[in-house]
Amino acid sequence: MSRLWARRRAAGEGAGAWLAAGSVALSLLLLGSLLTLLAVRGLGHFWPASVALVELDDGRQLAGWTVRELPLPESEGRERLYFTGNRDRDGDVWEWLPVARIAAQTYPPELVVLERRRWGTFIGRLVAVEPGPETPGWESETAAPGDTAWARLAARLAALERLREARETLERETIRPLVRRLEADPEDTAARRALAAASERVAHLRAAMDETTLVLESVDGRRFRQPLVEVLAATRPNALSPLGKLVAWGRGLWRFLSEGPRAANSAGGVWPAIFGTVLMVLLMSLLVTPFGVLAAFYLNEVAHQGRLTRLVRIAVRNLAGVPSIVYGVFGLGVFVYGIGGTLDDWFFEDRLPSPTFGTGGLLWASLTLALLTLPVVIVATEEGLARIPAHQREGALALGATRLEMLSRVVLPMAVPAMLTGVILAVARAAGEVAPLMLVGVAKLAPQIPVDGDFPFLHLDRKFMHLGYHVYDSAFHGDDVQAAMPLVFATALLLVLVILVLNLTAIFLRHHVRTRHAALSRQ
Amino acid sequence: MNPQAIPEEGRPTVKATVSRPSRGPVIDFSPEASCFDIEGLSLAYGDSPALEALTLRVPRHCVTAFIGPSGCGKSTLLRALNRLHDLDETVSHAGRIRLEGQDIHAPEVAVDDLRRRVGMVFQTPNPFPMSIYDNVAFGLRLRGVLTRRRRDDIVEWALTAAALWHEVKDRLRESAWSLSGGQQQRLVIARTLAVEPEVLLLDEPASALDPISTLKIEDLIRSLKGQLTLILVTHNMQQAARVSDYTAFLQQGRLVEYAPTDTLFTNPRLARTENYITGRMA
Repeated sequence: MSRLWARRRAAGEGAGAWLAAGSVALSLLLLGSLLTLLAVRGLGHFWPASVALVELDDGRQLAGWTVRELPLPESEGRERLYFTGNRDRDGDVWEWLPVARIAAQTYPPELVVLERRRWGTFIGRLVAVEPGPETPGWESETAAPGDTAWARLAARLAALERLREARETLERETIRPLVRRLEADPEDTAARRALAAASERVAHLRAAMDETTLVLESVDGRRFRQPLVEVLAATRPNALSPLGKLVAWGRGLWRFLSEGPRAANSAGGVWPAIFGTVLMVLLMSLLVTPFGVLAAFYLNEVAHQGRLTRLVRIAVRNLAGVPSIVYGVFGLGVFVYGIGGTLDDWFFEDRLPSPTFGTGGLLWASLTLALLTLPVVIVATEEGLARIPAHQREGALALGATRLEMLSRVVLPMAVPAMLTGVILAVARAAGEVAPLMLVGVAKLAPQIPVDGDFPFLHLDRKFMHLGYHVYDSAFHGDDVQAAMPLVFATALLLVLVILVLNLTAIFLRHHVRTRHAALSRQ
Repeated sequence: MNPQAIPEEGRPTVKATVSRPSRGPVIDFSPEASCFDIEGLSLAYGDSPALEALTLRVPRHCVTAFIGPSGCGKSTLLRALNRLHDLDETVSHAGRIRLEGQDIHAPEVAVDDLRRRVGMVFQTPNPFPMSIYDNVAFGLRLRGVLTRRRRDDIVEWALTAAALWHEVKDRLRESAWSLSGGQQQRLVIARTLAVEPEVLLLDEPASALDPISTLKIEDLIRSLKGQLTLILVTHNMQQAARVSDYTAFLQQGRLVEYAPTDTLFTNPRLARTENYITGRMA
């Protein structure tokens, strides 16, 4: 009887272990699949897909790459979705084709993919590169097909990039300081003359950039001209070696990370959003840490441990359950309209009615998120304080330390790792938060990052971009959600990575604090 | 440096004298010879009493041990002597404790001054999370008057007095937590000695240590008694017998017997005391 019982108990224990292990495995599996989905769909987008030249059974030709293949809804067979680009010629960039109608599919190496500032992607053939009439040393070679034209295009694109850089340097280093000098002293004629000269040089550079034109031909034979200045990148995916594709992939990824968005956030990069997210989270941490730590110290060390303190503690813990949009509304009402409006009335009257601080901005967004994450920091710090053994405190007091000396010299240093744990949790919570930001300062498009060379360098009143909001915006508010989809995945993956990096920084910091005693010997 | 010597002038060593021999089971000292004069001390945690009408005098520059079963109030008594109970709002007390004739609860007594005069070493070694040097200098920095050179001297003296200097002199900048338990406890004693207290309260200072470390702590206690008054709480009868001059036996918050250690351990007056020290009572 007892043996049977023992066997049953052993079996139960085994089942318990399996259940626990199973739930861990399931969570890991879900997490892994989510990250894999984000990585494959997001990063895969930058891989230069082979461009197929498709010939239909009626002789029509088109070029593009396969996006997906599905069974036909009501009949036998399957259909494929092609991305064909050329929105300016076709009016659309997508084409559903029944597989049965495809007569032939080839991958000719001369097919060109151009990334353009307007109208998006072009897929077709490059016929010629026409330099402008004013460019010396270039003759029109309309007849030269294929490789020569491609080589010229590559050379011209590189030249264009140099011109662009020259223009930006001129604007940044010559024109902007001159403008500032003129603002300070409108009578400065030397500055005025220098500014005129510089502006003329910029205009000249701009004209030089505008000169070159491409002659393009879609695969069904329509020819048209395309100003080179609109072209951002050019590839011939079918002619690329695997290594070349890898390089093109890296370049595409880098452009995604380092450039601003284009085409209503459905193309281009996310640099301002990365910067905005990181800056806002850092500001939020700077704001929430002192408040949270002081509150935790008060609750745990100073306050009388009675019913009221317990009530406050419960209230703080429950604040973590308030929906974040409510914090957003609070931030809008109190920070933006209340405090911001008052600041405007007092200090920025000359700019009214256009608001300075009376509208959503970096400062208010950081403050709102600081409020949102305050409970997390308080709870983590309080737990850390409670873990500090009583004999440490008593040891300090027994040496004649006052309460304040005991707290600042013994308890506070020992509580630093717990405080950092709180900050880690706060960062994880705040970096992924989107809803409250929509009300207090995030912008759909704010290509100017909130840090620049103009005083006061950090512009707390500016609106900013945020990766989480960028995901929401490009996934639901773009003109062509289908085209923006891979970027949505890539942006989401990036957001996860940004949070990871921020957290790793805090974890590294905490580790450093914890091992400082071991490290003392190395001094 | 001689561990017995305190820099500057050193304190005069006055041997306690038993002025009035035993009144019942309790010996008494003259107020002049006593360091602490405890009179009718009752103490309660909330509603539960821990000490009841306790009266005794602790002789100056001797080692006095408090023994008794768990929960008898000996640690409570010890903590009352440097007002560590002030932290706990539920503790209430009646009666009077005088240190060198001065009521320690008098309004003009600053509690941090009192605790500097009455140092305490706890059961668990509690070095702070800083270097060995900073631990010893902690109390000095609180006083905030010393030059670096003077501080270095006192740190060396205190570590020497705590018989730790030779073990740590080359690693003063290392974390105090890298020391062994016994070394940590001696470091804590050094830290307490550095502020030059008049009294050292030891709350089971060796109960968490191995036998060799325990012996070192006991040697240390013996070597210190010429300079300051030591009060030791211990569960270990042999330890009390080895190091103390006088022993007080407490039971259920009351003083049962207080006598010179030799007398108490060899010829206790009360059967209760004998039962306890011979282990016949839980």
